[in-house]
Amino acid sequence: MKFNKPDISIKAAGFARPLLLTPAEDIRGWLFMHAGRLLFFLITCTSVVSVFLIFTFITREAFGFVICKTPIQTLGRLWEFFTSPRWYPEAQQAEFGALSLIVGSFYVTSGALMLAVPAGLLAAMFLSDIAPFAIRQICKPVIEILAAIPSVAYGFFAVLVVAPWLQTHLGLTTGTNALNASIMLAIMAVPTIVSVADDAMTATGTYIREASYALGATRAETLIKVVIPAAHSGIIAAIILGMMRAIGETMVVWMAAGNASQIPAPWWNIASAVRTMTATIAGDMGETVKGSDHYHALFMAGFTLLAMTFILNLVSEYFLSQAKKISVAKRK
Amino acid sequence: MQKTAAVLAVVVMVLAGINYVNAAENSGLLQIEGSTTVGPIADAFAEVFKTKYQNATFTVKKTGSGDGAAALIDGRCDIATMSRFMKAEEIKKAVDKDIFPTIHAVAMDGVAIIVHPSNPVGELTRQQIHDIYVGKITNWKELGGADMPIVPITRDSSSGTFEVFNEKIMNKDKMAANVETVNANPQAQARVKSTEGAIAYVGLAFLEGCKALKIDGIVCTKGTVQQGIYPVSRPLFFFTNGFPEPGTIKFDFCTFHLTEKGQEIIEAKGFVPLTNY
Repeated sequence: MKFNKPDISIKAAGFARPLLLTPAEDIRGWLFMHAGRLLFFLITCTSVVSVFLIFTFITREAFGFVICKTPIQTLGRLWEFFTSPRWYPEAQQAEFGALSLIVGSFYVTSGALMLAVPAGLLAAMFLSDIAPFAIRQICKPVIEILAAIPSVAYGFFAVLVVAPWLQTHLGLTTGTNALNASIMLAIMAVPTIVSVADDAMTATGTYIREASYALGATRAETLIKVVIPAAHSGIIAAIILGMMRAIGETMVVWMAAGNASQIPAPWWNIASAVRTMTATIAGDMGETVKGSDHYHALFMAGFTLLAMTFILNLVSEYFLSQAKKISVAKRK
Repeated sequence: MQKTAAVLAVVVMVLAGINYVNAAENSGLLQIEGSTTVGPIADAFAEVFKTKYQNATFTVKKTGSGDGAAALIDGRCDIATMSRFMKAEEIKKAVDKDIFPTIHAVAMDGVAIIVHPSNPVGELTRQQIHDIYVGKITNWKELGGADMPIVPITRDSSSGTFEVFNEKIMNKDKMAANVETVNANPQAQARVKSTEGAIAYVGLAFLEGCKALKIDGIVCTKGTVQQGIYPVSRPLFFFTNGFPEPGTIKFDFCTFHLTEKGQEIIEAKGFVPLTNY
């Protein structure tokens, strides 16, 4: 049978292009497709590669602080960094004890969580299970706007409004302290906690609630004994994400926490000024001579911070994937 | 045809020549580098000079007095801005390279010690302030004030204000752990305004709403800083290689602080001019 070349003048309805491509067009198309793919791949790579570069850069600069001539000196350096609260990086006899900074970060973060977690979870419960649809439609975007306010605005609010208020109404000697920073960070962490926890609780689905009602449970019982346990992975992830928001925040703590490198005494005294790792890095980096001990010490603080957030991130990823598994399993 | 071209070429060459002469007078690159404290003054001067000399380019780098000196010695800048005098070894290095650092004092930088207006304490000695910041004195009643804990506030150690304070009051001693840090003059002012027990130090432009203390019996005013009798103050400098040739932009720049406009700018930046207009 004679092979008839298809009539390339036949055109699909509405299309001006012939159905059969010439080899040149074919190759060009193939090239374009792969060039496009490569381009997209490279663009995606930049963010992946930049994460790796940030990791290696910070680690390398931090090692400059740790590595000394002898291993004993190295251990001494590390021991001082993690156990001494004396941070005098620019003094003649420089001291690099970051314990007060680590403790400061811990104070403001845990203080923020104590305020933000209950508030955030209650709000998430309300939004996912109690609020009428109309209220939910209004509330959720408004809460998310909170996350969009620049942190320096929170900082000004902390210094000019919250600090004097704490002094006059609670009789504190200084208004810029761990408590002030905790309140600010709590406000900033709430939107994260609310939206992730709300998503997790909404994702548990209506049928699980209906099954609970069918067994005679009240709405409150369903919420507390069924929905929350089912969504626990997502809720834990929400808390960890809120915690990461608080621990990494810089501008607000730099303005609101008072920046006194001390460990509060007695330990429960959240009205004393503290200094966090982030604030120290932001405040000191501008003045340091590149390559000096102070410079490397700041990177060491950055490395500590990075290690902490990295671990938190891994934990939250784990719980988020658990949450996804649960909701997928249920859909089946 | 060829004649026309030749004439044109001559005209072009003449025009270029005229342009060239103008360029020599009015253009060029003036590189300024050095102190972060003096930087804002140089910046504001350069802003005025940009309209005065439209063909010239001005670059102002704010990296630190030491960097400014190094840049002048290496010939990387025309004017080094410095908040301290050149060190002996810097001058030695400069002279070895045939560069003769010449000083122009452009302004005074005074630092006021401020407290809450309701605080009855009106005068302290440098030693007392030193003792407050190292943590030896912690209550205002030890200084004849009310029974109230002192809240000492310092600036970030990269600021020029901190440098003056550290040098003139602290003698570079380490501050106590409870000293709070803020990162700008207005913030220090705001904290003192709203905190009864607070003490802080700021530039002279930030006294509103606070009370400036007498130091060693000397009030903190523009006049006392200008005369050099107020103890917490220092002069600010431009350094050039030799005295600039009169008629050049560099000469104009280094004498601009003597003009009325220059003094206004210095005052607007929170410093004290050396001359009275």
